[in-house]
Amino acid sequence: MDAAPMTPSATGSVRIEHEIGLHARPSVKLTQLAKTFDSKIEFAASPEGPWVDAKSIVKVMGSKTPQGTVLHFRAHGQDATAAVQALIALVERDFELAS
Amino acid sequence: MNKGDNTPLPAGEGLGVREATTMLRLVGTPASPGLACGPIFRLDPVERGARGLASSGEEREAIAAAMESAQRALAELSARAADEEAAAILAFQLALLEDEEITGPTCASIDAGAPADSAWRQVMDALIGDYETAEDPYFRGRAADLRDLRDRVLDALVGGAEHSIPPGAIVLAEDLAPSRFLAADWGDGGLVLQRGGTTGHVAILARSRGVPMLVGVDLSSIAPCDEALLDAHEGSLVLGPDAPSRHDFERRRALHAERARADALHLDAEASMANGERVQVLINVARPEELSGIDPEHVDGIGLVRTEFLFHARDQLPDEEEQYRVYRYIAKWAAGRPVTIRTLDAGGDKPIPGFTRAEESNPFLGVRGVRLSLRRPEVLMVQLRALARAAVHGNVKVMVPMVTLPDELAQCRVLLAQAVRELLASGVQAALPPLGMMVEVPAAALSMEAFDADFYSIGSNDLLQYLMAASRDEPELAALASPGPAFWRLLREMAQHGRSARREVSLCGDLASDARYVPQLLRCGLRALSVAPASLASVKAAVRRS
Repeated sequence: MDAAPMTPSATGSVRIEHEIGLHARPSVKLTQLAKTFDSKIEFAASPEGPWVDAKSIVKVMGSKTPQGTVLHFRAHGQDATAAVQALIALVERDFELAS
Repeated sequence: MNKGDNTPLPAGEGLGVREATTMLRLVGTPASPGLACGPIFRLDPVERGARGLASSGEEREAIAAAMESAQRALAELSARAADEEAAAILAFQLALLEDEEITGPTCASIDAGAPADSAWRQVMDALIGDYETAEDPYFRGRAADLRDLRDRVLDALVGGAEHSIPPGAIVLAEDLAPSRFLAADWGDGGLVLQRGGTTGHVAILARSRGVPMLVGVDLSSIAPCDEALLDAHEGSLVLGPDAPSRHDFERRRALHAERARADALHLDAEASMANGERVQVLINVARPEELSGIDPEHVDGIGLVRTEFLFHARDQLPDEEEQYRVYRYIAKWAAGRPVTIRTLDAGGDKPIPGFTRAEESNPFLGVRGVRLSLRRPEVLMVQLRALARAAVHGNVKVMVPMVTLPDELAQCRVLLAQAVRELLASGVQAALPPLGMMVEVPAAALSMEAFDADFYSIGSNDLLQYLMAASRDEPELAALASPGPAFWRLLREMAQHGRSARREVSLCGDLASDARYVPQLLRCGLRALSVAPASLASVKAAVRRS
C-alpha cells in the first residue's frame, strides 16, 4: 500500500516560443526525445491538466498547443528528472529549429 | 501493373485510329517553371479491393507487415529528402506509424473480429476527420498527410494500387499526395494536375526540386496519345505533338536550360544594371510556408505579402493574435529587410464567402479591396492592429489595395494611427508602420501626387486589364491584355513621380516576374521589382544584362 512515493517523479514548465506552436515539426521532435526515456512523461497547458502523453504524436499534435503557451511537464519513473530537464531544454532552444 | 492506370478515353468521332489523333493544346497555371517532354502517365484514383478475413492472429501479422513496409518506404524517402518541407512530412508520418494511439485501437478492432484493412481504415478515418474539421488551416492541411499514410498502408495490405510512376514521365492526375510526389523519380519528367494550387505542398516541393508543374488543367476529355510536351513557363501542355512543335520545343528547352545555368550564378548576388545602378529585387509571398525554401540573403525584402491566405477556407475571420503571429514570423524571417504587407484584397477574382458581396454583376469593378475594407472597418481594424504589433519586430510596411481616391487612403491612415494609439494605451507594444498604396486603378495612376502615400507599388495585373478594358483571363484577348505604349507611358510617369516626390515606386505584378519585360521596366525608370520566388534568379540575371 506504500508503493507510489517510491517512484521518482519530476515536474517543470517552459513557455513555447516557436512561431507556430506545437505543429508537426516540433511535435515530432518532442515525441522522439520523450521516447528515449523510460519514464511516463506527460504535459499540459495548465498545472491542472488535462495531461497529454508526450510520447504519442497523435496526442501531442491533437493538443493543438499554440505559441506562447506555458507547457507544464510531469514525469514518473527512474529517469524522470533527466526527462523533464531534457524536454524543457528542447522547448527552450526552440525545438532546434532556430538558426 | 494494373489496367486502371492508362485509361484510354474515347477518341473523338471518326478518330478511331491512334495515328489520326490530332495534336491537342491545353492551358494551365504554371506552379513550378520548366520544360518537360516525355511519355504520358495517367494516375487515376484506384478502386481498392477488400481483404478477405483470416484469423485475428493472421490479420495482426498482416497489419504489422504492412506498417513495417510503409515504414521502410518512408524511411527510404526520408533518407533521400533534401529539404525541410519534405523531411517534416515524412517524419510526421513515421511518428504516426509508431504511435500506440493508432496501433492500439487497430489491433483491438482486429481482435474484435475486423479484417486488418477495415480496422486500419476506421482508425485512420476517425483521425483524418478530426484534422479535416479543425479550425486551424494548418491542421486541415495535415489531413492530406494522414490520408496519404492511410493509403500507403492499405496499398501494402490489399495491393493492387502500387502503380509506381515511371521515371521521366509527364504525370497527369487529378491531384497528387506529397509523399507520392517524393517517391517518384521525376528525372526529366513533369506534373500536370487538374486540381491543386500554386501554393500547395506539392507545388512547393516541385519548385524546390525543379520539377515542371502545371495546375488547373482540364484533363477530363483528352484523347489517348503517347507523348506530351509540357511548358510550365508559358503554361501549356501539348498532347500528341507533331514534328514542328516537337522541334520548336527542343529548341526552347535548350535555350531555357542554358539560361537557367547562367541565371543561377546571379541568385546570391545583388542585382545591379550594367551601368552599376542598383535594382532592388524583392519577392511576392502568398503563404508563409513558401519562405522555408528561400534564403533571405538572396532577396532585398518582401515586396508583397498577400494576406488572403489567412482568410480562405475557414468559417471565421482570423483574430488579431493569429494574424500578428504570422506577420511577425514573416517580419523576423526578413531580418530587417523591408516587408510590405497588403491589407485584405478580397473581391474581384478573390471572393471570401461571408465577407465579399455574393451577387455582384461585375466583381472586378465592384466592392473589392479597400472599398470593401472601409465598409467593414471592424475587420480592417483587427488587421491594422496585428500589423502595428508586428511592426515592432521588423521593417513592416502596410499597403492598401485598390485605392482610387485620396480620401480612401486618408481614412486608412486615420484608422492605422488609431490602432497604434489604442494598442499603446492598453500597454501593448506597437509601432506605426509606413503606409503606402497599390496603384492598380488608372485614375490613381494618373494622379499619384494627390495621394498621401509613403510608398507606391504598381499592381500591373489589374492596372493593365483596367487600362486596356481586357480581362487577363480571356485567352482570346491575350494580345489586348499585354502591355503596350499606353501602359509603358503610364509606368514612366509613375516612376518619374516617385523620383521627384522622393517616394519609392515598385512593381509587384506578374510582369516583373517575366524576365522578358525586365529591360523595359528598367527603361521606364523603375528600380524596385517584386517577383515570384521562382523567378528570383532569372530576374536578377535580366537586371544584370540590362
